[in-house]
Amino acid sequence: MSDISLTVNGRRVSGAAEDRTLLVHFLRENLGLTGTHVGCDTSQCGACVVHVDGKAVKSCTMLAVQASGSSVVTIEGLADGADLHPVQAAFKEHHGLQCGFCTPGMIMAATDMIARHPEGLDEATVRAELEGNICRCTGYHNIVKAILAASKTMAKGSKGKARQAA
Amino acid sequence: MGIEGVGARVARKEDKRFITGAGRYVDDMVVPGMKHAAFVRSPHAHAQIKKIDVKKAKAMPGVIGVLTGKELKADGIGNLICGWMIHSKDGTPMKMGAWSPLAFDKVRYVGDAVVIVVAETKGQARDAAEAVDITYKELKAVVDAPKALERSAPQIHLEADGNLIFDWELGDSTATNAAIKAAAHVTRMKIVNNRLVPNAMEPRAALGHYDKAEDHYTCWTTSQNPHVARLVMSAFYNVAPENKLRVIAPDVGGGFGSKIFIYPEEIICLWASKKTGVPVKWVADRTESFLTDAHGRDHVSTVEMAFDKDNRITGLKVDTIANFGAYMSLFSSSVPTYLYATLLSGQYDIPAIHANVRAVYTNTAPVDAYRGAGRPEATYLLERTMETAARELGVSPAELRRKNFITSFPHQTPVIMNYDAGDYGASLDAAMKASDYAGFAKRKADAVKRGKLRGIGMSCYIEACGIAPSAAVGSLGAGVGLWESAEVRVNAVGTIEVLTGSHSHGQGHETTFAQLVNERFGVPIDSVSIVHGDTDKVQMGMGTYGSRSGAVGMSAIVKALDKVEAKAKKIAAHLLEADEGDIVIENGALKVAGTDKNVPWFQMALAAYTAHNLPGGMEPGLKETAFYDPSNFTFPAGCYICEVEIDPETGVTEIVQFVAADDFGNIINPMIVEGQVHGGIAQGVGQALLEGAHYDASGQLLTASYMDYTMPRADDLPSFKISTSNTPCPGNPLGIKGCGEAGAIGSPPAVINAITDAIGITDIAMPASPSTVWAAIRATTKH
Repeated sequence: MSDISLTVNGRRVSGAAEDRTLLVHFLRENLGLTGTHVGCDTSQCGACVVHVDGKAVKSCTMLAVQASGSSVVTIEGLADGADLHPVQAAFKEHHGLQCGFCTPGMIMAATDMIARHPEGLDEATVRAELEGNICRCTGYHNIVKAILAASKTMAKGSKGKARQAA
Repeated sequence: MGIEGVGARVARKEDKRFITGAGRYVDDMVVPGMKHAAFVRSPHAHAQIKKIDVKKAKAMPGVIGVLTGKELKADGIGNLICGWMIHSKDGTPMKMGAWSPLAFDKVRYVGDAVVIVVAETKGQARDAAEAVDITYKELKAVVDAPKALERSAPQIHLEADGNLIFDWELGDSTATNAAIKAAAHVTRMKIVNNRLVPNAMEPRAALGHYDKAEDHYTCWTTSQNPHVARLVMSAFYNVAPENKLRVIAPDVGGGFGSKIFIYPEEIICLWASKKTGVPVKWVADRTESFLTDAHGRDHVSTVEMAFDKDNRITGLKVDTIANFGAYMSLFSSSVPTYLYATLLSGQYDIPAIHANVRAVYTNTAPVDAYRGAGRPEATYLLERTMETAARELGVSPAELRRKNFITSFPHQTPVIMNYDAGDYGASLDAAMKASDYAGFAKRKADAVKRGKLRGIGMSCYIEACGIAPSAAVGSLGAGVGLWESAEVRVNAVGTIEVLTGSHSHGQGHETTFAQLVNERFGVPIDSVSIVHGDTDKVQMGMGTYGSRSGAVGMSAIVKALDKVEAKAKKIAAHLLEADEGDIVIENGALKVAGTDKNVPWFQMALAAYTAHNLPGGMEPGLKETAFYDPSNFTFPAGCYICEVEIDPETGVTEIVQFVAADDFGNIINPMIVEGQVHGGIAQGVGQALLEGAHYDASGQLLTASYMDYTMPRADDLPSFKISTSNTPCPGNPLGIKGCGEAGAIGSPPAVINAITDAIGITDIAMPASPSTVWAAIRATTKH
């Protein structure tokens, strides 16, 4: 057993877990953050994507002890209070989800993707970058649409913020 | 149409919880004292169990119980059954082999459950499962259905001699043979429909909880039809009587058919909870899902299609061998029979059809309904054959189809179905226009200049949805009725709960069903709650499959709304001192038509519950129940066109455009319907290009993870061009046909027709992976 302490969604948390415990299981079972899902055993499906120290990570590829000391954001921590994150809002507006199981991982991967492409995104880039996330319901059509729309909204938002700052 | 009414593109109410991580799936459920299960599964495809030694496992840390099939049998838990009786053409009933939830004498496929281990943690359960020592005597295995029929094949079940479950036929053999004999041209093909793994993203899971004090069981399970699960577990598996068994299917992460069936694990978790005295949760890992979820398709067929000298189809003869896997899954027998052969007329006027289907046991995972279930197999067979026929006859594929279209309705086919409405020419025209079919030759010429092979293919599909009147399916062998139930409860403040037997696992019922209520009573959809998926809350219902939630589930709601409306109008008429025939419902109020006299909806509801001033003899309250049994199947149809470009150096196929033109009848929410089509097409394209379950000769599943089984990813697919036309379904009050399966049914032949067109060959195996395509190109003389 190891003691693990980290920041999750802005809150300091700690707990003890077996050394073999994956970060995803620590989040789900120790912290009760069940929004992060497990869809496969081989780090292929991306249902478990969270942000670790600002980067999208498949939380099944990481031991919980490895995340000790890190700052983790899960799907539960993405919205700003009652205000949805623009990617969450876009998934709803463009019907980018059906059963909802892959959705948390998709949204966490998409927010990271948009952040890594401040120049903006096109359909081919979004499709290529989604390679690590599997959805069985939507055929990706509306997920791609939602991410492109969110990317535009966020670009406008950040320009607005930049103007406000100036 | 209001902004939240029928036909409106309303964003989904249920999305909030899913996009914020607040969805509640079975694996998210925690019950006090809950422990974890792991299954010991057969590593062999076919073997006798000689000895099971659990001593070492029982001594492992954290272990609470290790239970075997002998104990399960001793407790009277029944065998799993197939609920649809099929009789062979000689009149004998299908030969169903015994399927014990835990195997105790013999295992018949890799993944067959043998022992359950319950422990404090999932890790400890798995460690202990590894320590269970089972001695097997391996037997020869067979995985290929035609080979399983050979004399030398191993016998899998004593009950099914020669592994033949049934040898069934439909249609007129004599007339069909005569048509083929007299034909001006006969197109002959061998058609293989590849085996698929459904792969809902949420793996199957079950949480069984036995309450000793109440002698009551609760099962949380990943089900598309919790009431059917309760019925079957009570009536056939002897888990508990229905009144002592509550089945809850909470948020379910996709089904596609695979979560219709009642599997061994939910039965065993309930039983194990009683045996061990703790709630028992099991969640499949992905490899367990690959090994044990019911697979789909796996047909091998031969087809003969006869034409007269005017290129009209005069007969169709089909012979199919369907692989059922190691056991008969719950609805397995209906798939290659009444959901398949009955659709072999397609969109065409074919005077004589005969189909023969042999169902066969093999040492593979059980096979049952997967999105489309029988209809994709029928469509693939027919539309590949039509394409080949057009090429052989030297006519355009579009015109050959158009010439043979059914154009007047109702139309009685020679294979049971009576098509009620459709306009197949309209879909074909729409798809050809949207794809700029006429401009293909130029696009092909451009591709050639770039060193690419370009092809175009179409598919005109029909399907049968809703699944039919109960009496009709009963006469065809179904063990259940296929109606649906609804209950509409108007609360005293005017808000509304709709309890439905349909189950949403991605389809958006919480929104579309509420739209129906909004349309009727003007109540905002936020004031309408849809309740489903819990046998303690909702009266008996039949669940969601076969694109039935709209055509059947919503029709039941309409019937209940009719009754609520009638009573509401009576109350309003009484309050307004008007004639009930003069009451209309507009903008959230009940009005006397042509006057300004009205009573707001919520006041009428309150009056129903205060009961201070109701019409004489009227019962207080406002709650109505309805059961709806459809009068016919519904018949969605459409035309899909796929255009591909192939790199002859690598064999990689790119779908450069995919067009779908569907007729789903009336539509409640176009956004949700489009989403269903997108997802269906992705699964169909997956079947055609990427997906295939492969067993080696010894029965090991070689494609048992996402490293080996190619799921369609975002970069494998284009954005789709889709449209709908509408011939309303005359068979139900909403004119709905259903849209859930169309994409998966119509798309595989369109893709393969395009690929074979590009390469200039007659056939190619699905999935047409790069290596398969590359080899096919090399085999042609051109390259």
